[in-house]
Amino acid sequence: MENLIALLIAAPLLGAVVLLCGGRRLDRTGHWIGTLLAAVSFGIGVALFADMLGRSADDRTLTQNLYTWIPVEGFQADMAFQLDQLSMTFVLLISGVGTLIHVYSIGYMEHDERRRRFFGYLNLFVAAMLLLVLADNFLLLYFGWEGVGLASYLLIGFWQHKPSAATAAKKAFLVNRVGDMGLSIAIMLMFTTFGTFAFGPVFGAVGEASEGMLTAIGLMLLLAACGKSAQVPLQSWLGDAMEGPTPVSALIHAATMVTAGVYLIVRSGAVFNAAPDAQLVVVVVGAVTLLFGAIVGCAKDDIKKALAGSTMSQIGYMILAAGLGPIGYVFAIMHLVTHGFFKAGLFLGAGSVMHGMNDEVDMRKYGALRKYMPVTFVTFGLGYLAIIGFPGLSGFFSKDMIIEAAFAKGGTEGWILGGVTLLGAGITAFYMTRVMLLTFFGEKRWQPDAQGHEPHPHESPKSMTIPMVILAFGSVFAGAFFEIGERFLTWLEPVTGYEHGNPPVSAMTVTAATMVMLLAGVGIAWGMYGRRPVPVLAPRGSFLTRAARRDLYQDDFNHVVLVRGGEHLTRSLVYVDHSLVDGVVNGTAASVGGLSGRLRKLQNGYARSYAVSMFGGTAILIAATLLMRAV
Amino acid sequence: MNPVNYLYLAALLFTIGAVGVLIRKNAIVLFMCIELMLNACNLAFVAFSRMHGNLDGQIIAFFTMVVAAAEVVVGLAIIVSLFRTRHSASVDDASLMKL
Amino acid sequence: MNFPLLTVTAAVPAVGAILTAAVPAARRTAAKWLALLFSLATLALAVLIAVRFEPGGDRYQLTESRSWIADFGVRYELGVDGIGVVLIGLTALLIPFVIAAGWHDADPLETSSKRWRPTQGFFALILMVEAMVIISFEATDVFLFYIFFEAMLIPMYFLIGGFGDRAHSGSDENAAAQRSYAAVKFLLYNLVGGLIMLAAVIGLYVVAGNFSLQEITAARAAGTLDMATNTERLLFLGFFFAFAVKAPLWPLHTWLPNAMGESTAPVAVLITAVVDKVGTFAMLRFCLGLFPEASKWATPVILVLALISIVYGALVAVGQRDIKRLVAYASISHFGFIILGIFAMTSQGQSGATLYMVNHGLSTAALMLVAGFLISRRGSRLIADYGGVQKVAPVLAGTFLIGGLATLSLPGLAPFVSEFLVLVGTFARYPVVGIIATIGIVLAALYTLVLYQRTMTGPVKEEVRTMPDLRLREVLVVAPLIALLIGLGVYPKVLTDIVNPAVEQTMSDVKQTDPEPEVAVEAKNGEEAK
Repeated sequence: MENLIALLIAAPLLGAVVLLCGGRRLDRTGHWIGTLLAAVSFGIGVALFADMLGRSADDRTLTQNLYTWIPVEGFQADMAFQLDQLSMTFVLLISGVGTLIHVYSIGYMEHDERRRRFFGYLNLFVAAMLLLVLADNFLLLYFGWEGVGLASYLLIGFWQHKPSAATAAKKAFLVNRVGDMGLSIAIMLMFTTFGTFAFGPVFGAVGEASEGMLTAIGLMLLLAACGKSAQVPLQSWLGDAMEGPTPVSALIHAATMVTAGVYLIVRSGAVFNAAPDAQLVVVVVGAVTLLFGAIVGCAKDDIKKALAGSTMSQIGYMILAAGLGPIGYVFAIMHLVTHGFFKAGLFLGAGSVMHGMNDEVDMRKYGALRKYMPVTFVTFGLGYLAIIGFPGLSGFFSKDMIIEAAFAKGGTEGWILGGVTLLGAGITAFYMTRVMLLTFFGEKRWQPDAQGHEPHPHESPKSMTIPMVILAFGSVFAGAFFEIGERFLTWLEPVTGYEHGNPPVSAMTVTAATMVMLLAGVGIAWGMYGRRPVPVLAPRGSFLTRAARRDLYQDDFNHVVLVRGGEHLTRSLVYVDHSLVDGVVNGTAASVGGLSGRLRKLQNGYARSYAVSMFGGTAILIAATLLMRAV
Repeated sequence: MNPVNYLYLAALLFTIGAVGVLIRKNAIVLFMCIELMLNACNLAFVAFSRMHGNLDGQIIAFFTMVVAAAEVVVGLAIIVSLFRTRHSASVDDASLMKL
Repeated sequence: MNFPLLTVTAAVPAVGAILTAAVPAARRTAAKWLALLFSLATLALAVLIAVRFEPGGDRYQLTESRSWIADFGVRYELGVDGIGVVLIGLTALLIPFVIAAGWHDADPLETSSKRWRPTQGFFALILMVEAMVIISFEATDVFLFYIFFEAMLIPMYFLIGGFGDRAHSGSDENAAAQRSYAAVKFLLYNLVGGLIMLAAVIGLYVVAGNFSLQEITAARAAGTLDMATNTERLLFLGFFFAFAVKAPLWPLHTWLPNAMGESTAPVAVLITAVVDKVGTFAMLRFCLGLFPEASKWATPVILVLALISIVYGALVAVGQRDIKRLVAYASISHFGFIILGIFAMTSQGQSGATLYMVNHGLSTAALMLVAGFLISRRGSRLIADYGGVQKVAPVLAGTFLIGGLATLSLPGLAPFVSEFLVLVGTFARYPVVGIIATIGIVLAALYTLVLYQRTMTGPVKEEVRTMPDLRLREVLVVAPLIALLIGLGVYPKVLTDIVNPAVEQTMSDVKQTDPEPEVAVEAKNGEEAK
């Protein structure tokens, strides 16, 4: 059975190779090949899952060692895979949602002449992401980690003729590279501390290392997670990444890749458990991002950017939960899975809306679309109810658990974290309701564009709506399914560990408080956007609104400090190289040249003067010899 | 007769030749001055041969004459071709190699 | 005596060079094919060397030894260790690509004289360089090495000065002046380095009494050959200076951007991917083997210079406006990594550095050759003259991107393996240096992606609208390089198996062992306490 693990990765990888090298011959069939191979991967995943369920909880980990990747004296990296319950969860999510989004893209990218390549990139992404979650050592994980970064780069910049897309892609890759620096330093620290960086040996030896070292490793892993999962302070790329085609936003920048940071932290739980300081920083990062993303999400008029803010915020929840230690690991992953369903669904819905609205993204130019796009409306609506935590739907269970776990942290910390997560729930309800109202309710606000084309909103084709329906199904029932009989907890506990903690308030109280926040959020949004007509041009807004629209000035900060500063630095270094380093050399050359120019004048070309110097020299020599004799 | 007098004569002839090389521009005169110096040396060699009573000096004098003859051939050829191209036998005019 | 495989491997391209040079003016194409044929024959011989080489066996294998200048103890001694084998392989591998990529670079202009034979000269010089580089990798006699280390400059000088990039801004005369400036700069820099090395070579003879690398190294390791501390340090510096010019290490690097910018793309590849490797190779073999104590003494300064090279090279690369100069500065940054790995004195660092030499050769060749194809289409080296090429020539853009990704060490491509090994090896002994060097990986992404974005993406510029995509010959040049980059990225074991034993030997020359992992150390201390 374990021999199948490599096939999970090989299938989409094959697709990527075939589609990218296949040339125009495959333009007609390429998307089917891509979708098929993603589905094959999902099929293998399901088979492995069924097999895994058949075994006892302690005996579920499968490993496959292909060969030694990098063998150098003590530094042994294997091309080896490990499939346990945690990886399995991700495999199903990645290949499952991945396949759905492949199907969706068939319709969405129908009119794009480079559709074959798009599917090649998507397959590449699926392969890299599977490698990331299946690796059994950190170096191989790093391989997948950068692989998804590459796929993300290629897909964000898919419409390369738009300078904004190319810039956004470059930005995403660069910011991720900063995070990758953290991951590589973490691996180096592990190597010098433990002499290995394979999961098993490292986690087994954690007890022997000093806490300071573990904290350092933990912080470096967190830096990596921040980059990939768009957490403060490396969050700035996610909003721009919405330049990519919408299926990409759904798959990579909502459901799977951005949650890799959560995976990394949960996977390295053993390290974090032994380093409380690092955990504290994780929690703080999660809490800050949770509010940051939520606030940004409130102010954006671009439907995808609003959803991107929401993604950031929801991942903040997950990171926070992961930082809580064994109390939160399971719920972080559970929220990750449910979020994968409803956020992918929401993005696909947004894509469907854009598809029908001539690629308009400004929500202020939507309105009343529920009449024109009933399927989209219903699926998006279910996703909406799930994300705000409407009782009974997926988000309700998973988010509620995180809030409870935050309180269960105990002490002042617990109260603060609990408060933040509750506040976040309220803001989530507000901005999602705003998105819902602006898009589907109210009066129609669209106008003909500059060329006089008026959008004709219409429902999207079947290939797009079916994935949306399936994801909506997941958004509704996944949470309940996981929660009944604590299925998810029992499933993951052997890998991540679990302790219940002692919440200072009862679960009922937390749920009630969440409901209050939810109603408040929805109410305020209804008051602002539901009762009165929405202006097509955005009002100037308060200081906070303006700041949030500009992503709380983080891009401006980056621009001034990093971009401008960097430009000055490189320019001055180019100058230094040319004038100083090269100048010294050229200066030496010039002075030698000058000296020889002067010496040259001695050679005036007259045979007589040479003869004089010869005679003079001879005379001096003879005189000197005689003088020496005499003395 | 005291052989030393021949050495004085040789030194005198050599000096005349050397000064001639240093101050004259005409290639032919230069050339003759060089010959003069060579012959001065020859004279000195022969004189030494006489003073020391062996034949070494005379043999070297023959060598010098052979070399001088060869030199005359090459040197005159150069001067003639120089004169043909430049219509002057002045050594200062041959300055093509000068920077 | 056995078949002199090493001599033959170096002689084949030399013979090829002479034959190519002798081809009549009218038969240009024949000269090209002849050169390609000889370079392929050399490749076959290099493969044979790799096959005959036994990784676990003697340190130097396939050795040849003949008396040469007996009065001075100079012998014609050849032999290869694992490091030499892979570098000979790299050289023999790249030359056919260089020749194929430069197929039309030296065609005579319409206006030139019928008797003028630039094509024959160009390919003959390339083969000559190959012969000399190969024998430098094989020589185990210091004097023999020195001769070819220096002699290499002659054909390189003519390649840089005589065959410029036809894509230049400004007038032809201006370009010719630039080119001769670059060629002279290259020659002078390397000659100065070489002269100082010559003094050190003579000094070594005075101290040791012979030139044999094996004998001296063995005597040094066994302690039977003592050198006064200062003598050893001076001799080390003499050798190191020459290699640091060749490598090139900051601040001796400024000849490289000029030389790479002005020469044609294949020659630029020859400079940075092949010839410069002799410098780093010689550091590993001669500096560490002959002067172990002095190497350790100089390590702190060298590490700082290497770090400066890494960060400085990358930053200056970001600020370049000329594609080829950008690649040149990127190479300077990469050479910093190689030198860092060599002087970190850990087996990961040195294995990594050796792999880095190979991988950097492949990745720079891929990037630079595609850049050359691009430049020859538009006739400009300036980044600002391009834009939107991706839309017009997707295959060209795709291969350029892969070359770029290799340059920024993306996992899955060969350079990642070596770069990570260098970083880990450095970090294990000098954590702070390791962390600063890690910044290099962010900067590498910056200059590569900026280059890609400005040339390949965005709206299509009017001048590039008619640009043709890669032709068959060009695809045949790039595709194998890319395949190798991927192959060595996922399965570097083929190289590490050959390299590791040689690195262990070098480590024992300098009497260094890898730092033990912290936890294992603690455990050991615990046992002692009990």
